[in-house]
Amino acid sequence: MELNFHPLGDQSVLIELGTTISEETNQQVRTISALLDEQQPDWIIEYIPAFTSVTVLYDPIYITKHQSPLNRDQLPYDWVCEKIQTLLSKTTESVNHQPRTIDIPVCYGHTYGPDLTNVAEQNGLTEEEVIETHMSGDYLVYMIGFAPGFPYIGGMDEKISTPRRSEPRLSIPAGSVGIAGGQTGVYPIETPGGWQLIGRTPLTLFDPSKETPSLLQSGDHIRFTRITEEEYGRLKEADK
Amino acid sequence: MIHVLKSGLLTSIQDLGRYGYQKHGVIASGAMDSESHRIANLLVGNHPNSPTMEITLMGPVLEFQEDTCLAICGGNLSPMIDGERVSTWKPVYIRKGSELRFGKPKEGFRSYLAVAGGFDVPEVMNSASTYMRAGIGGFKGRALQKGDCLSVRSKTKDSKLLLEKIKPKDKNITFQEAGWFVPPEFSNYEDKKSSIRVMAGREFDWFDEKSQKNFFQHSFQIDSKSDRMGYRLTGCPLSFKEEQSLLSEAVTFGTIQVPSEGNPIVLLADRQTTGGYPKIAQVASVDLPRLAQLRPGESLSFTQISHNEAQRLYLQRENEIKQLQLGIASKFR
Repeated sequence: MELNFHPLGDQSVLIELGTTISEETNQQVRTISALLDEQQPDWIIEYIPAFTSVTVLYDPIYITKHQSPLNRDQLPYDWVCEKIQTLLSKTTESVNHQPRTIDIPVCYGHTYGPDLTNVAEQNGLTEEEVIETHMSGDYLVYMIGFAPGFPYIGGMDEKISTPRRSEPRLSIPAGSVGIAGGQTGVYPIETPGGWQLIGRTPLTLFDPSKETPSLLQSGDHIRFTRITEEEYGRLKEADK
Repeated sequence: MIHVLKSGLLTSIQDLGRYGYQKHGVIASGAMDSESHRIANLLVGNHPNSPTMEITLMGPVLEFQEDTCLAICGGNLSPMIDGERVSTWKPVYIRKGSELRFGKPKEGFRSYLAVAGGFDVPEVMNSASTYMRAGIGGFKGRALQKGDCLSVRSKTKDSKLLLEKIKPKDKNITFQEAGWFVPPEFSNYEDKKSSIRVMAGREFDWFDEKSQKNFFQHSFQIDSKSDRMGYRLTGCPLSFKEEQSLLSEAVTFGTIQVPSEGNPIVLLADRQTTGGYPKIAQVASVDLPRLAQLRPGESLSFTQISHNEAQRLYLQRENEIKQLQLGIASKFR
């Protein structure tokens, strides 16, 4: 694996793994994330995975206190780059963990998906065709960002891509499934936004009381399944 | 208990931030001026990460329903106890029933109020910081409001020693300041007005030559739309050599990113975890507390330093704080 290090300020380092979005790069991002989870060195505060990079936040004070006396003149950043290089050279294999596939049940249309008609009209499809296309996609979560638990998902069929609404909504309910340009996404918390809403999931995507607060993680595969309004109500009740 | 009689402009409970959850998209939050937050805690014998009250420009009115010790650091927003001026950067003994209020802001933008023991709010994802947009942490996930009642955690050994030391003998005295204070190199605001030191950002070369020069030669105004998430800077729009798009990647406290319209945004405590705008520069950690004390409407300029210099300055500052911490601890014994 080729690693390029770049400083992000004086307390973090960005490990660059590529310059374009691809499943292969995402795999490398996950391998590094898994290694960091496994090793958990004391001097790492946390890491932030993204499309083509993993950024490691470290504690320079901890490092100056604990690094061996031979390296006293070395500044924390250089020490960190060397350490990460060694840490990551231990394994060059990809993560053993089987990628997870997570089913996201969606109640399409009506009150839960007020823009479904619009998406259908703009693409010259029927509502049914939009739903079928949305469900048949092979989706991959590239990263979590923007908002707590918010997945950047790749893999939507361009047939149903639709520009954002010209007037964003002031509030979009949690669980809303939408389309913005060529991307599809699910809103974990209530926020304002301009996405075209085609449905809603009863699942909780972000729960601060859980040890892993975000339901989805980088590298997850997603399958959207269809449920009725009645099932939505039942699942919502069960998820509480 | 501490009773909020008036909320002030924006008063929230913060600690040093929520770390370990940014990979789940959870922002770090935390005190904007972490140095003042830490020193306020140290002055009352707390752990540096104990929850303090971050007070913005126009302070709250608070009624103390128990005898305790407090310290106010950071900007000077004219604190008064029962109508009498009280010093900042000093431990202060306050009697039950006394009222702390703030007057006309004198210098700086944010004050940090620490009370012995620290404010007792539940830890959410290992932090007491308030993440207002998501309604997480702090006091009920929001800024303080009139009528709120805050409890205080149990006092450390140091806090108890301090309380005994500065307690006034005369029962009619409503508050008493300690006879010592933090040296001026931490509290002097005149020194804090100088230029903010930055390192070049990862996409510095994406900007045209004129913009690269202007960024350091011109001053910028902090726009009124600025908040805890970021300072929006106006006065000198920057432009790119060519249109290039960037994939979202991690950003941090002090990252200066530039959207296509050209006005830079300095990301602060409530920044998102990742960003997709080109980064022209990054504020050196040592200057973040100073930056956080600038008010919207004020202007600032940037000076370039090397990455190594930024690291050295940070280590040096932390060493000074360590010395201060030892000095303060010696006062409790």
